[in-house]
Amino acid sequence: MAPHFPILQVVLPLIAAPVMVLMRRGAVAWLLAVAVSWAALVMSLALLAQVADGGVISYAIGNWPPPWGIEYRIDRINAFLLVLVSLIASVVVIYSRASVAAEVPREQHYLFYTMYALCLAGLLGITSTGDGFNLFVFLEISSLSSYVLIALGRDRRALMASYQYLIMGTIGATFIVIGVGLLYLMTGTLNLADMAARLPGVNDARPVLAALAFLTVGICLKLALFPLHLWLPNAYAYAPSVVTAFLAATATKVSVYVLLRFYYSVFGESTVFAALPMRDILLVLSLAAMFIASTVAIFQDNVKRMFAYSSVAQIGYITLGLSFDSATGLTAGIVHLFNHALTKAALFLLLGGVALRLGGVRFENIGGIARVMPFTAFGIVLGGLSLIGVPATVGFVSKWYLVLAALESGAWWIAFLIVLSSLLAVVYVWRVVEVAYFREPDATVAKLKEAPLEMLIPSWLMIAACIYFGLDSALTVGGASQAAAALLQGVR
Amino acid sequence: MNIAGHLSYWFTIFLTIAGLYIVIARGNLVKKLVGLAIFQTSVYLLYIAPGKLIGGTAPVISEQFKLYSNPLPHVLILTAIVVGVATLALGLALVVRIKEAYGSIEEDEILKQDENPPSNPR
Repeated sequence: MAPHFPILQVVLPLIAAPVMVLMRRGAVAWLLAVAVSWAALVMSLALLAQVADGGVISYAIGNWPPPWGIEYRIDRINAFLLVLVSLIASVVVIYSRASVAAEVPREQHYLFYTMYALCLAGLLGITSTGDGFNLFVFLEISSLSSYVLIALGRDRRALMASYQYLIMGTIGATFIVIGVGLLYLMTGTLNLADMAARLPGVNDARPVLAALAFLTVGICLKLALFPLHLWLPNAYAYAPSVVTAFLAATATKVSVYVLLRFYYSVFGESTVFAALPMRDILLVLSLAAMFIASTVAIFQDNVKRMFAYSSVAQIGYITLGLSFDSATGLTAGIVHLFNHALTKAALFLLLGGVALRLGGVRFENIGGIARVMPFTAFGIVLGGLSLIGVPATVGFVSKWYLVLAALESGAWWIAFLIVLSSLLAVVYVWRVVEVAYFREPDATVAKLKEAPLEMLIPSWLMIAACIYFGLDSALTVGGASQAAAALLQGVR
Repeated sequence: MNIAGHLSYWFTIFLTIAGLYIVIARGNLVKKLVGLAIFQTSVYLLYIAPGKLIGGTAPVISEQFKLYSNPLPHVLILTAIVVGVATLALGLALVVRIKEAYGSIEEDEILKQDENPPSNPR
């Protein structure tokens, strides 16, 4: 069975989804969702162990040999991503039972888990496939299911947020198809590895550059790079808590992976960075994201929306790492991708606990919440410290490597800007601390209880991971630097 | 530049731009989706048109036929059409829910309603 892991981890959630619809029982659907998430985690860990020595697993679907058939290719970087996605999914799914019970109408529970399984299948599929068109199909599977998940939010604004995400997401996905289509026209293949081998032989460079432009814009829409992030704040703010935590930690990260895959494995570093001013474009947009989104975050009146804007800023740090176009920069980007996923998952899960007890997370309502929900509030403080980048949290590890990469490239002013933008994070995190700890709880808040254990434990597991990987970064930085080295060699 | 020889591309580009323009310029949620559908459909042309060779036949092994058209773009676009239909259906379903929740499908009216929420926000 082990040779079939690359496809099984995608197919299991994909099959589980229609089964859930047929069963029509929320509790059964939840059990199935737990089973497929944990199965995917076990399989992705096994895959990561297999490719740890630098090998590549090539799986020919239906035994049609690539490049004619669809190929799944697992190497270090996407094995790393698979573990991240399935790890977050496995933790979030445990948490989801109590949270979904409170936030989604009972008769829609089984549909919620169906969409969740489809979204997971889509994300894992994007990550493992080695075929350009298959990638688009999985992208749409994950996107369409996430639109539905967002629209399940209690607030009616969730509907509008989902609609806007649908419009922007479809434009992004269509741009990606145009890009893949142009590459297909020029090379005659859809297999990404085959495409990479044939691209240097293409005589007319202009369609290839057009493909690069379409793919860049399309993928950046999906990963919410400033200024293409407009769909993100509302989608995160009004979606059910579970959905926000899951999507914030996985969807944008998988899109970053797609960008890396196209830049380094298909076009090659020399086409993207040497021939075009991509470095400068990414640098300017990343800095804009870090400063503008952080500043906007400070002025939000909804904690969830504030952390959504903070996500836009943190994505800026990831793309900033890429813009250095060096081994250290790429390592920093990939490490931050992992670290930010942990931090944001933890924060949104903890906020979900507050939303469960209080019904919302607006600043005006959560005054003094730390008195009644001490574990939740302290977890949010630790997660906030990680966003700022305080030593002994994962946020520090990422910022350390980002600053190293900046200094290595000789741009000390970027290192200065990284530290300066962290101060903006201090301001918005402090707002939460001030409201939660130093205000008198009002009558509603005073009657609240701590979040239930089945939600608190998964959230704190994430916080513990933030601290653990902050103290011992050998595993994450080691994995990221290996992945970065593999990408820079153009190994695919 | 050979304009007449690239006629199918000109049609494709026109449809792409027209669709994208409708998405951006219209405030009506259904019209936006119509624009989105046109935008997506134009991409089908981008794939299909180059797959056709004049005088080419379906890839049948036979002595009579020497020139084949590539069937793969058609298969890809069949998949893309399914995706497009699913997107449109989901988009329209969302518009129905939005109409129920807000009583309007005009973007500016909906955004205005959320600025001053009614007395019993759900």
